[in-house]
Amino acid sequence: MYRIRFHGRGGQGMKTAGRILGTAFFNEGYEVQDAPRYGAERRGAPIFSYVRADKKPIDERGIITNPDLIIVADDSLVNIPAAGVMQGLNEHAVLLINSRETAETWQNRLGTKINIIVLPVNSSVPNPAEMPFIGAACVGAAARLLGVVGQSALVDAIHEELQDQGPDIIKANCDRALEAFEYMALYENCVQQRQAASALDYQQPEWIRPVFEKARIAAPTIHAGLTSVQVKTGLWRTLCPIIEYDRCNRCWWICSSACPHNAINVDGSTPVIDYDHCVGCMVCVAQCPPHAISAIPEAEADSEIKKSMQQLAH
Amino acid sequence: MMLARRLLTGNGAAAWAARLAQVDYIPAFPITPQTEIIETLSRWIDNGEIPGKLVTLESEHSMITAAGAAAATGVRVFTATSSQGLLYGMEMLYTVAGWRVPFVLINVSRALASPVTLEPDHNDVLAARDSGFLQIHCATCQEVLDITLMAYRLSEDARVRLPAIVNEDGFYLSFTREPVYIPDADEVKDFIGEFDSENMQFRASAPTSQAVAVLGGSPYSYFRYESHLAAENARIVFDEICDEFEQRFGRKYGALESYHVDDADYVIFMVGCFATKAKAAVDSLRKAGWKIGLLRPRLLRPFPGEKISQLLAGKKGVAVIDQNLSMGKGGILHCELASVLYGNKDAPPVLMSFIGGLGGRDISQEEFFEIAKQLKQASETNEIPAPRLLYTVDELRQIHKLQAIAHVERAILNRDHQNPDSHE
Repeated sequence: MYRIRFHGRGGQGMKTAGRILGTAFFNEGYEVQDAPRYGAERRGAPIFSYVRADKKPIDERGIITNPDLIIVADDSLVNIPAAGVMQGLNEHAVLLINSRETAETWQNRLGTKINIIVLPVNSSVPNPAEMPFIGAACVGAAARLLGVVGQSALVDAIHEELQDQGPDIIKANCDRALEAFEYMALYENCVQQRQAASALDYQQPEWIRPVFEKARIAAPTIHAGLTSVQVKTGLWRTLCPIIEYDRCNRCWWICSSACPHNAINVDGSTPVIDYDHCVGCMVCVAQCPPHAISAIPEAEADSEIKKSMQQLAH
Repeated sequence: MMLARRLLTGNGAAAWAARLAQVDYIPAFPITPQTEIIETLSRWIDNGEIPGKLVTLESEHSMITAAGAAAATGVRVFTATSSQGLLYGMEMLYTVAGWRVPFVLINVSRALASPVTLEPDHNDVLAARDSGFLQIHCATCQEVLDITLMAYRLSEDARVRLPAIVNEDGFYLSFTREPVYIPDADEVKDFIGEFDSENMQFRASAPTSQAVAVLGGSPYSYFRYESHLAAENARIVFDEICDEFEQRFGRKYGALESYHVDDADYVIFMVGCFATKAKAAVDSLRKAGWKIGLLRPRLLRPFPGEKISQLLAGKKGVAVIDQNLSMGKGGILHCELASVLYGNKDAPPVLMSFIGGLGGRDISQEEFFEIAKQLKQASETNEIPAPRLLYTVDELRQIHKLQAIAHVERAILNRDHQNPDSHE
């Protein structure tokens, strides 16, 4: 059985990617099970989807904890525990990651010798935060790594899953998927199916009997305002608004009143973003009349915020 | 004629069943993870692909009232909810069951608050266990479609005439696509037949008082017991319907799924879609030389007690895995099973209880293997271990980590309250 997990953020098309790969497998004559996994749905939240494919009916169910292939569309998820990217990652699995970094860098960062393959970030897109058709690219690459899903099954699956989207979007997805499929020629068929756990030789679960703890400890309570001391907005923000003060014309009322979270303070007539409470909704970016607010990927935000603050100090 | 086999989610399968059953009326209220069912049906109705009326009500309480009232007019009704929604409508669930009106309600299982989650266990649907609704549990997306169709036959049968809940697990069925055969619409029409509404003719111009007040206990006892007898009848009627379904569509169902039980010494007993994981474990254990099987009730109400007793007679041990928890007692299925086995002279001497899969918590293959091992040990030593929550050292470590963080945060909160300026 093939067991595959896609990781991305809400809005990056991981559910659709899972469905396209599932349908492509199905078109190739496989039994298939695919499912997305998310909590309370919102854009930018870590989500994953998974696909099982086998030549015989599938009785396994639920989250894949022993994947053969892990696909990561957004490399900022790797160090977020809740995203669960690393779950079941061992020497058997292949990790395909959409990243600017090299495979060696990732091996080094994760202290592992596992097979990491980088799907290079599409450099023709001016805004590094945009990942157009990343889902399709991930599926195209995955199909080649698996080696059992051909181009026509892939294209048919894209048509099937995106039939409501119109010919232009379908074509763009097909192009991007086939481009990634081509790109991965060197790694064709590198994913191996792992055997299911065997009753003859298995790792005994380390069960424990939870003991009574007083309700002051054991009640599921979060104290107001302290969900997280360091990150007041949790992991909401994936894009960070940065004000270029050289361009800002101090029409402070526009951005500060547009902000749905009251996260733009006004100092005299200068708007200052409160990054502790900004959720990265980008409403201010859209509203700003002189286009002085830009959207920077969160991973690169620290240095940009510093620059912006220096500008302000001058 | 079969339509092509295609990938469908459990929710998609439920919507297809409603479509094929040609339902007239769908009272609806959205709730994760059920919403996709009513979204799909409303899209079909909007596009003119299916007839029927879908009305969104302001709550599940009203939704179930509307379902019962519409069924009382003699039309075919479909509705769906989940978890807190089912509980919010609970008063009317019991009430409309007493009206003796047939309809089908899909419950997409989701664990109950508190704390809040979206993922499944069976405490929601088991809260409706004693409501008078028939209750059938599915384990695959194909079952969701087929059993919903059969549920209409069962619910509408003159020997039964009770509403039915068909349960599918949230996420692991509701959002999971599997290959599903969609039967031909005309064949389904032949199979289910026209809804014979008998004397159910509630009309605005001809008001009916549904389930009047009865005081003194005696008439009350009669009406309640009649509902019980109707539910009891459903056991035989379901068997008949399953036979006919198999003849027409080639897929075999029954009150129970019995997998390698006949020659087994040990049996795992559970409901819902995690049972397919148990099936995979049974395959693996059989390869390793174990005589083990899986017994999975589809019917929970009526409970197929006699069949279960027969199938488990002479077994060395049974492990019940309850995906539910009755605080202060334990697993609900464990109790149900014990009540039908007690006193049978060839009942399995070992009956073990495991609580697993609460709030969608995974049950690993290794855990099934370990359950088998403990079952055998208990049988050989005649010492039955206390009921066990499937929970690992690692999971407890994670909880303790979160509690440690909460402790630090609480300390900061207390410090800030005492000295508001100390933080910065």
